[in-house]
Amino acid sequence: MSKPIASVNDFVVKFANVNGSGSASANLVFARSILRMGVPVSTRNIFPSNIQGLPTWYEVRISEAGHLGRRGGVDLMVAMNPQTWAQDLASIDPGGYLFYDSTKPMPPSTFRDDINVIGMPLTEICNRAYTDARQRQLFKNIIYVGALAALLDIDVAEIEKLLGEQFKGKDKLIAPNRDALHLGRDYAREHLEPIGLKLRRADAVGDRIFIDGNSAAALGCVYGGATVAAWYPITPSTSMAEAFERYCRRYRVDPETKKARYAIVQAEDELASIGVVIGAAWNGARAFTCTSGPGISLMQEFLGLAYFAEIPAVVFDVQRAGPSTGMPTRTQQADILACAYASHGDTKHVLLFPEDPHECFEMGAAALDLADRLQTPVFVMLDLDIGMNEWLCRPFAWDDKRRLDRGKVMTFDDLESGKEFGRYLDVDGDGIPYRTYPGTHPTRGAFFTRGTSRTPYARYTEEGAAYVDNMERLLRKLETAKKLAPAPVLKSAKQATKHGVIYYGSTTPSMHEALAALEEDGIYLDALRVRSFPFQDAIVDFIRRHAQIFVVEQNRDAQLRCLLVNDCAIDPAKLTPVLNYDGTPITARFITREISSLLGARKPAPLREVVR
Amino acid sequence: MTYITKPRLHHPSLPTNKLGYTRRDYEGTISTLCAGCGHDSISAAIVQACFDLELPPHRIAKLSGIGCSSKTPTYFLGSSHGFNSVHGRMPSVLTGANLANKDLIYLGVSGDGDSASIGLGQFAHSIRRGVNMVYIVENNGVYGLTKGQFSATSDRGSKSKRGAVNYDEPIDLIDMALLLGASFVARSFSGDKAQLVPLIEAAITHHGAAFIDCISPCVAFNNHEGSTKSFDFVREHNEAVNRLDVIMGRAEITADYAPGTVETVTQHDGSVLRLRKLAADYDPTDRVAAMTYLQERHAAGEIITGLLYVDPDSRDLHDHLDTVAQPLNALGEAALCPGAAALDKLNASLR
Repeated sequence: MSKPIASVNDFVVKFANVNGSGSASANLVFARSILRMGVPVSTRNIFPSNIQGLPTWYEVRISEAGHLGRRGGVDLMVAMNPQTWAQDLASIDPGGYLFYDSTKPMPPSTFRDDINVIGMPLTEICNRAYTDARQRQLFKNIIYVGALAALLDIDVAEIEKLLGEQFKGKDKLIAPNRDALHLGRDYAREHLEPIGLKLRRADAVGDRIFIDGNSAAALGCVYGGATVAAWYPITPSTSMAEAFERYCRRYRVDPETKKARYAIVQAEDELASIGVVIGAAWNGARAFTCTSGPGISLMQEFLGLAYFAEIPAVVFDVQRAGPSTGMPTRTQQADILACAYASHGDTKHVLLFPEDPHECFEMGAAALDLADRLQTPVFVMLDLDIGMNEWLCRPFAWDDKRRLDRGKVMTFDDLESGKEFGRYLDVDGDGIPYRTYPGTHPTRGAFFTRGTSRTPYARYTEEGAAYVDNMERLLRKLETAKKLAPAPVLKSAKQATKHGVIYYGSTTPSMHEALAALEEDGIYLDALRVRSFPFQDAIVDFIRRHAQIFVVEQNRDAQLRCLLVNDCAIDPAKLTPVLNYDGTPITARFITREISSLLGARKPAPLREVVR
Repeated sequence: MTYITKPRLHHPSLPTNKLGYTRRDYEGTISTLCAGCGHDSISAAIVQACFDLELPPHRIAKLSGIGCSSKTPTYFLGSSHGFNSVHGRMPSVLTGANLANKDLIYLGVSGDGDSASIGLGQFAHSIRRGVNMVYIVENNGVYGLTKGQFSATSDRGSKSKRGAVNYDEPIDLIDMALLLGASFVARSFSGDKAQLVPLIEAAITHHGAAFIDCISPCVAFNNHEGSTKSFDFVREHNEAVNRLDVIMGRAEITADYAPGTVETVTQHDGSVLRLRKLAADYDPTDRVAAMTYLQERHAAGEIITGLLYVDPDSRDLHDHLDTVAQPLNALGEAALCPGAAALDKLNASLR
């Protein structure tokens, strides 16, 4: 028997459930009650591409130290799904705990002898208390939350408050839920032995908020002035479109007429989605679509048109594991190249890499400004981990003095005053021409938009020199993009080092935790978080300043590293890939182990293998 | 290809409409299509219709896909914004443009390859959404720019210029438009300007998805014996169900017609469509009857033209989405951005 794990405010609880059983809201209440006690949590849904009946897991990492990446390993398994029993049992760290429904007696051979088993007859308790089958199912979830509250010392008043908030408006559900909570809690207090995992009130959450990246990005689009959204349902981006609609209903309905200041079209496919976005943006509305890898593949031809005809278009790519249908409910950062060079011919696009929901909001709004300013597609590269999981992050902020940057648009007065208009004429050297919205002026400023080569005055031409001039101007425009897109963020090591690491997006919290762990082992790394593409000079300088750079990514082919090599002419030997791409979010343990072994350092303390 | 610049000068006595525009003001650059191409007649009909309706040219947006038909927007409405988009995808671009600004008139020009083959899906979905637009298919049954392949509207048994026979069942876009809920459906022939111009005028005044299938023979690749889209074949088999006059506003109807030979339909915007019946008992407001009639006459080998269906109480996508009266592209920060106070409140609910 391993020594029972003892830890305060630093452990992982994993719930194994059946999808469609109503466990999600109970699990969320569990996680949020811990946040209300001032202890940071990070949560991850691991779910199948299915509606009802298949296994689903919910992982809650509790970390007073504030580590928000996935840790790996399980200290307490709440095993509610017989289907995955063996796998769930095996995933518990030695000395960890198994909480299960003991209504049906199980032979001792079913268990492991190096873990602590906590049986509670949940079904029996439910059947005694409820007669309705659906109630038995739903309240079982709240009953186990009550039991966990007792075992872990969760402040039950916080849970009650959360239940009150959750069922606000459906008030008659509050009392039965509270009763179920206490049913579980009382039973546990009476019958179960205390365990080594405890929660203690702390003050480590601050003013942070708990939200998923898809909702945050959708809110960013509301604040950024998007009025047209077109989308096609695809996991894991669907909830972004739904969130946009939800926020629009709240914030974008004319208070007097009750009419909509937005238009959302669920299109017939992703080709139509991006087509609608391009048409709307061409006509002066702010528009976006949200999709995932397969959708990006379908949009390729249109993205080339938007690039070449210079039409703003904002695309949120909530990345999932590819290629093809891949693992549609697992996370990856695997569309970097597909987006950076989307479409045929010579193209290059602006990409933004948010690290968390806070940046999903900021970059969501910023992308709409950037697309209008640069008159080109802008991609916001979320992934399933950020998009569909609630993250603890800085609260959203907005400056009421901020104005939408509509870019270079000639107005009626500009045209009337006789200002020269050439749709593809670079008048001030930044590569960005002026445009007009259709219908602006009766006799001036009209032009023909096309995907074919043209003169600065938008006239069709297949003359080589004019084509080359135009293509060079498009490159100048991307140089301008470097100045406008979010700059990289440097995190310097405590002492000078010749080693550096480059990372981006949802890798951030695990990377930061890994940096701290490596430092404890005497490994110092300067770290640079890339926030946009095309890459700024600061990124090239960072690479030049170090002898060796690790590029940490969540894909197989080191896609950002490819971009660095290709776009900045970096010697590939200098960039060492560190790659996690099994579909689970990257962990600090993985990064620490990889970098330590690549540097030939002494092995860190043995790692508990991650088994799911 | 803009090889020849049209002279801006024109005869001083050229008639003007109420806005002071001459017909020339609705023209574009000189066409680069083949001499005698049916598409040029359609462009001319569009010019005439816009002149007659006294539309400010810059308040029209013309959108197209790829192909001979989709090149034509260059040859009309030179003061309008145009968008030559992606093959088969004009409908989605037009839908987006329409969502951005409901105040402009949207003219979608497409071909049979563009709409019945590569773009069949987008054609269908833009129609069923009720996008407020005029959607004209310049239908010649052939791929012209790529030198004469059959298109999806080629009739079974029709012969290509090289003598190959088409064995595939044709797609009839009129049948589809009716099935999909287009609220205005017409078929015409590029060789019959007297029929086509009022149909385009009526389609422009219509509020909702107005679809016109215009048979437009390809003089280079599909005007030979054995083709069912040649000038001769269409002239021989053309059976118009009605003749249309469009009357703007609520002008009085003064012409005398024998009782039972004229039907009037008042549209959403008050325009009156006056139909002189050519086929007795044809009721263009009865969708199901129209579908049956078309199937029967098609089986008899006739090409039925005219205003085939109109719903005077039509609604469009903006009606369905219940959008504000002001165009979405004209809304500013105050109407769009909820501001810092609302955000603070939202933050508080997320803790």
